[in-house]
Amino acid sequence: MAECHPVGFQWVTEAKSRGAKVIHVDPRFTRTSALADLHVPLRAGTDIVFLGGIINYVLEHDKYFRDYVVAYTNAPVMLREDFRDTEDLDGVFSGLDPDNRRYDNATWQYKGMEIQAASGERERWIEDRADGGRAVTEAARGEAHGAGGADIGAGVPERDETLSHPRCVFQVLKRHYARYTPQMVEQICGVPQDVFRQVCELVTDNSGRDRTTAFAYAVGWTQHTVGVQYIRTAAVLQQLLGNIGRPGGGILALRGHASIQGSTDIPTLFDLLPGYIPMPHAHLNQDLDAFVEADSTRKGYWGNMRSYLVSLLKAYWGEAATAENDYCFDYLPRLTGSHSTYETTMAQLEGTCKGYFLYGENPAVGSANAKLQRLGMANLDWLVVRDFSLIESATWWQDGPEIETGELRTEDIRTEVFFLPAAAHTEKDGSFTNTQRLLQWHHQAVEPPGEARSDLWFTFHLGRLIRRKLAGSADPMDRPVLDLTWDYPTRGELAEPDAEAVLAEINGRAADGHPLSSYQQLQDDGSTACGCWIYCGVYADGVNQAARRKPGAEQNWVAGEWAWAWPANRRILYNRASADPDGRPWSERKALVWWDAEQARWVGHDIPDFPLGTPPQHQAPPDATGAEALSGTDAFIMQADGKAWLYAPSGLTDGPLPAHYEPQDSPFRNLLYGRQRNPVRHVMPPLPDNRYQPSADEPGAQVFPYVATTYRLTEHHTAGGMSRWLPYLAELQPEFFCEVSPELAAERGLAHTGWATIVSARNVIEARVLVTDRVPPLTVQGRTLHQIGLPYHWGPNGYSTGDAANELLHLSLDPNTHIQEAKAIAVDIRPGRRPRGPAAVQLVRAYQVRAGIDEHTGTEM
Amino acid sequence: MTHSDAGRTPRPEPDETRGNQLFGPQPNVAGAAGYPDAPPRMGFFTDTTVCIGCKACEVACKEWNAVPEDGLELTGMSYDNTQGLGADTWRHVAFIEQRIPAGRDSAAGHPDVDVFDAARGLGGSPEATAPATGTAALAGQISPVSPDGRTELRWLMSSDVCKHCTHAACLDVCPTGSLFRTEFGTVVVQQDICNGCGYCVPACPYGVIDQRRGDGRAWKCTLCYDRLGTGLEPACAKACPTDSIQFGPLDELRERAADRVARLHVSGVTEARLYGESPDDGVGGDGAFFLLLDEPEVYGLPPDPVVTTRDLPDMWRHAAVAAVSLAALAVASFVRRPR
Repeated sequence: MAECHPVGFQWVTEAKSRGAKVIHVDPRFTRTSALADLHVPLRAGTDIVFLGGIINYVLEHDKYFRDYVVAYTNAPVMLREDFRDTEDLDGVFSGLDPDNRRYDNATWQYKGMEIQAASGERERWIEDRADGGRAVTEAARGEAHGAGGADIGAGVPERDETLSHPRCVFQVLKRHYARYTPQMVEQICGVPQDVFRQVCELVTDNSGRDRTTAFAYAVGWTQHTVGVQYIRTAAVLQQLLGNIGRPGGGILALRGHASIQGSTDIPTLFDLLPGYIPMPHAHLNQDLDAFVEADSTRKGYWGNMRSYLVSLLKAYWGEAATAENDYCFDYLPRLTGSHSTYETTMAQLEGTCKGYFLYGENPAVGSANAKLQRLGMANLDWLVVRDFSLIESATWWQDGPEIETGELRTEDIRTEVFFLPAAAHTEKDGSFTNTQRLLQWHHQAVEPPGEARSDLWFTFHLGRLIRRKLAGSADPMDRPVLDLTWDYPTRGELAEPDAEAVLAEINGRAADGHPLSSYQQLQDDGSTACGCWIYCGVYADGVNQAARRKPGAEQNWVAGEWAWAWPANRRILYNRASADPDGRPWSERKALVWWDAEQARWVGHDIPDFPLGTPPQHQAPPDATGAEALSGTDAFIMQADGKAWLYAPSGLTDGPLPAHYEPQDSPFRNLLYGRQRNPVRHVMPPLPDNRYQPSADEPGAQVFPYVATTYRLTEHHTAGGMSRWLPYLAELQPEFFCEVSPELAAERGLAHTGWATIVSARNVIEARVLVTDRVPPLTVQGRTLHQIGLPYHWGPNGYSTGDAANELLHLSLDPNTHIQEAKAIAVDIRPGRRPRGPAAVQLVRAYQVRAGIDEHTGTEM
Repeated sequence: MTHSDAGRTPRPEPDETRGNQLFGPQPNVAGAAGYPDAPPRMGFFTDTTVCIGCKACEVACKEWNAVPEDGLELTGMSYDNTQGLGADTWRHVAFIEQRIPAGRDSAAGHPDVDVFDAARGLGGSPEATAPATGTAALAGQISPVSPDGRTELRWLMSSDVCKHCTHAACLDVCPTGSLFRTEFGTVVVQQDICNGCGYCVPACPYGVIDQRRGDGRAWKCTLCYDRLGTGLEPACAKACPTDSIQFGPLDELRERAADRVARLHVSGVTEARLYGESPDDGVGGDGAFFLLLDEPEVYGLPPDPVVTTRDLPDMWRHAAVAAVSLAALAVASFVRRPR
């Protein structure tokens, strides 16, 4: 966190000065470790075992927060008789369809719940099966739950408040993690038992009524074939310890860019509409009502999805959206499968994707298997790159690595590349949304230089020109573009669109044009328009609430008047859980919101995340829907059952409970199950440049004996577009290097500040060598494992240059999010510089031959 | 416990009657320099225990002061590719990797070796450092990690800067008056007056001030004199996310630093000590002082800095004696010459 989020780390420093203990778990000793009370190095790719071991400790030693767990989680809920855990089936859950490599989650459901038969998920399942369509489930919308839980069908789940029935979630959980022992943690993660015990004690001693523990993860946690389950494991632990919805608790995703949270909320993701409303699928002959019926849960605020969606359609198409035409629901694009970034690369290679916009993204350096990214771009008709400098993604056609190796020839490439300089954040107005869902406005300081323009300017004027070209068209295909509301006021010589006008549209307005102040005002009859329901209120009273900058010293500790947080300016989500079932704070020290019997409403330091007038004792009538269906203890108001999910009956493609699988390429066997890898991981079609490696005891695995992990340095930013061209930053970390232990240096003859060549089955790179104690060898399964650190900022362009670490990565993805496994790959390292020209390709091929790699290697389920 | 040189350095008694003394405590630096109603003396307190090595201070300094970039060199000295203070580096973050015994209460002992040693002699082009044969040469002198992890790592980070000495030798030796004492008690070079003679460079006991290549004039930290005048804090302190670099009236900073050391000692960090805060040290106390976790040498700081002009009166006295002696000798030789 200190390494990649130094500004945010000031609060960790402050917490530390108030007595907080800081534990840092990372294969490397980083700038964060330097200030932590305890650094725990572990083998990259084993975090589920580490966290699962803590869960086991918590359950074994009765350290869980029982009152919280019984009241607010699904621990007491009974599961179906036909559910089978990984403990029963040696590493897979019931419902695995081996032919299509996916799970049918019917058996994962709560006992007594009816899956909706008439429409929705069930129908989709049936249709999916009918066309054998793996593609649709691949678009499985892991991200769709960013603002609420998945659907669980209708009915009232059976409960055992004593948590003792063998089929209740709590007991299933206990059995599931029973073998995640300290010995297992030591064997798999390489963490000595006494160090592990110290972590367990620190975490449990600092959780409970009076204390809370927070988990912060950089998005490296997501970059595994089991990435979502990493975060799920932390969520299970935090629920058991009662650390969600309370001050000082939670799980903080330290996003990789300044507003990545914002670009998930108002998404750049293919399967989402703003506010986590799922994108409709193409193969379903579905109207608005059927879509809403299928995708809205019955209980809680997600039950109002129709209002959110209709208001969004009104924001998009204004007057053209009417009740008669389903508010232009049919104008929305439809999914035909997964269109994630890596599938887009595949589509480029196949020739079906012909055009590509890159806004501040440098896939030729920053995406996994960077070579495939370039080969894909070389197969496009046109490519638009908007960035500050001529990044590698804009110049690969003339000086990229494949030109050097002869795999591409400039004269053969037909891609037309447009480079358009972009404005920096200081050169435009706009907002950043951070991991705490806090929208902070930034004002333009200077005009952009030369031809540089903001993304807003580019998108608005591009749309304007396209609409002008299409004007008068009678083709129904053009209606969605022509009917868009596209009337943002512009100002200045550059005709820059007014960013606040966009914010006002996102916020939403009533029929009379007045800005809305809460998503609870949204209507499903077309009388309100709102660009993103969770952001409703950011422009309340016509005031840019995100621009508020009242200092913390001038308000209470929640500091609700600094900027604006979604939803409804709540700073801590699900904060009903900060009070006990009777509505009293768990402790005075950790008081946040509580039930005030006199006023008959929820009050507190933060804005209560609960229907204000619903008393703690309230029992919702069984036939109620939406917010009316919430009982007084249903603290998790966006969840279909109002509870936090220790066990996820739906919403995940790879299991209701996190289980450890080895990374795609691993030198070690999975000690916990007979199944080596995540059986439903997203393996790409076979491509010569995306070969997987043998693992563990398979022949050839010893060719790649070391584990490499990629990461960022404070001095540079992601793929380098914002830092490698700047002399003041470039001089601080002037070139690509790898970090190795003195032992590995000795073993492989690597010289400090000399060169090393690093090879995977995909590619070969070279790096300068930093020999350091900060990447310690670990003892795993009785032998020494050396790990290699690879900062991934560099590429051949710019002022500070080097090879791109991401050349080494494979495309085997998390099945929920389609995110690459960048954080744990097996490689070889040798002294000296890499071969140049065709010899580089030959070296990789030679490694493939040595390891006996073909198109089937590593693709086993 | 604070680091003090008072016991180590025999020194002449300061001449209390002179305003512009060359040695010893001087509570009113600006006053002595001729500012009758000077504001409080301003300075830096750099608390290295909360430094996260982000180098924002280095970048903010260069941005604000338009200090040029000075070369891309991967040094191999941990994450320190800046190497040291100079004409083109007015803030420098040192990174020191150490192995310490596991479970220690205090890092009493020195690390066996540090990366500076390891990097020494590795210069030259990277191609030249092809894989050597002996393992000793491979990993430099970095000591091996014990396989059971019974040692712990410590990664010290510290942002160094011009000390703005109470007795600034650079200023004292400047023949042009380019270097001057500001009303805030800081020491600043005026580049339009500097003639590039370079006298100040060897005069600095810390090796801070330096002549810029291709320019010849002397450059160093101004403590953002141009910001102080308008009530702004220096760029580095403004940019520091963890308040490792604190700016303020020196008296306040000294109090704060003493508190901080006391609290660290109570919490078991007995190795915490101050460097450069004592008015009794060899430079009369620094305007920019530090809280360190190890000996100053570990951070590349001189353990016992003494203002190089301390002995100037003595030197002149000796020179005068020598001159008189020589003259006497010469006269005597004439007198004795036999004729």
